[in-house]
Amino acid sequence: MSLWEYANPKKFTETTARVLPVVVPLAGACLLAGLIWGFFFTPEDYKQGSTVKILFLHVPAAMMAVNAWIMMLVASLVWIVRRHHVSALAAKAAAPVGMTFTLVALVTGALWGQPMWGTWWEWDPRLTSFLILFLFYLGYIALWQAVENPDTAADLTGVLCVVGSVFAVLSRYAVKFWNQGLHQDSTIMKVGEKDPLDPAYYWPLIFCLAGVVLMFVALVLLRTVTEIRLRRLAVIEAREKFE
Amino acid sequence: MMPELGKYAFAVLSSYAVSLGLIGGLVALSVWRYARVKRALTAAEARLAKGKRA
Repeated sequence: MSLWEYANPKKFTETTARVLPVVVPLAGACLLAGLIWGFFFTPEDYKQGSTVKILFLHVPAAMMAVNAWIMMLVASLVWIVRRHHVSALAAKAAAPVGMTFTLVALVTGALWGQPMWGTWWEWDPRLTSFLILFLFYLGYIALWQAVENPDTAADLTGVLCVVGSVFAVLSRYAVKFWNQGLHQDSTIMKVGEKDPLDPAYYWPLIFCLAGVVLMFVALVLLRTVTEIRLRRLAVIEAREKFE
Repeated sequence: MMPELGKYAFAVLSSYAVSLGLIGGLVALSVWRYARVKRALTAAEARLAKGKRA
């Protein structure tokens, strides 16, 4: 069995119908468990008080904001190199999902930043690169809407995706590249090390991260199938016009 | 049951409200569009099949 079999729209749609009934409940269960555990059953942080509960939304959303763009990059490169329509449609389907997660990360970041840093916004490297990533998402979606020919739209958005990847990478590593600004570096992998994430927050966060990844997979599959069907619908309607 | 959020209640509760609202909206919109397109395609394929038989 080859991965390229899934470039066949029929095969992709059939596989999605089998995968979704497993992924959707798993995503719901992980998210529900993580959020309930995180909101109701974690202690206040000694420095940040109850605002630490924003962690369970902000971190998974920020992680998916970047990873969604990376997924779009891979799908766009597959389109550019191998011309598989399903991969271009998967990239198109993922964009609103990634944009929503970026917006969630920006909004929760501002709501968290105000009481902790004393400001809603700061032109800090990580915050700024996330804002630019959000603008790239908007531009990407707008470009798909603006170009009538779907193959040309896939080509142009593919190039935009490659360019935007610079900001996706910057968003993730901005804190490491420029050791300045307000935003701290990740502490998820530092349990047991210096300046770690307290273990009380670790497991609910892992559940939220898993839930968000699974929800992203489910949404992208569902939306890609919708795009495949829209293409088929457009072909039938065009044929009807000529008959 | 509700945890004591103290002076940060606005920040925490509005974070949860905005996030769940945005993500819930995205899920609802995706499912609604999926169902609408599926219905439209089924109808179009039925028309196509009918046209072929005629």
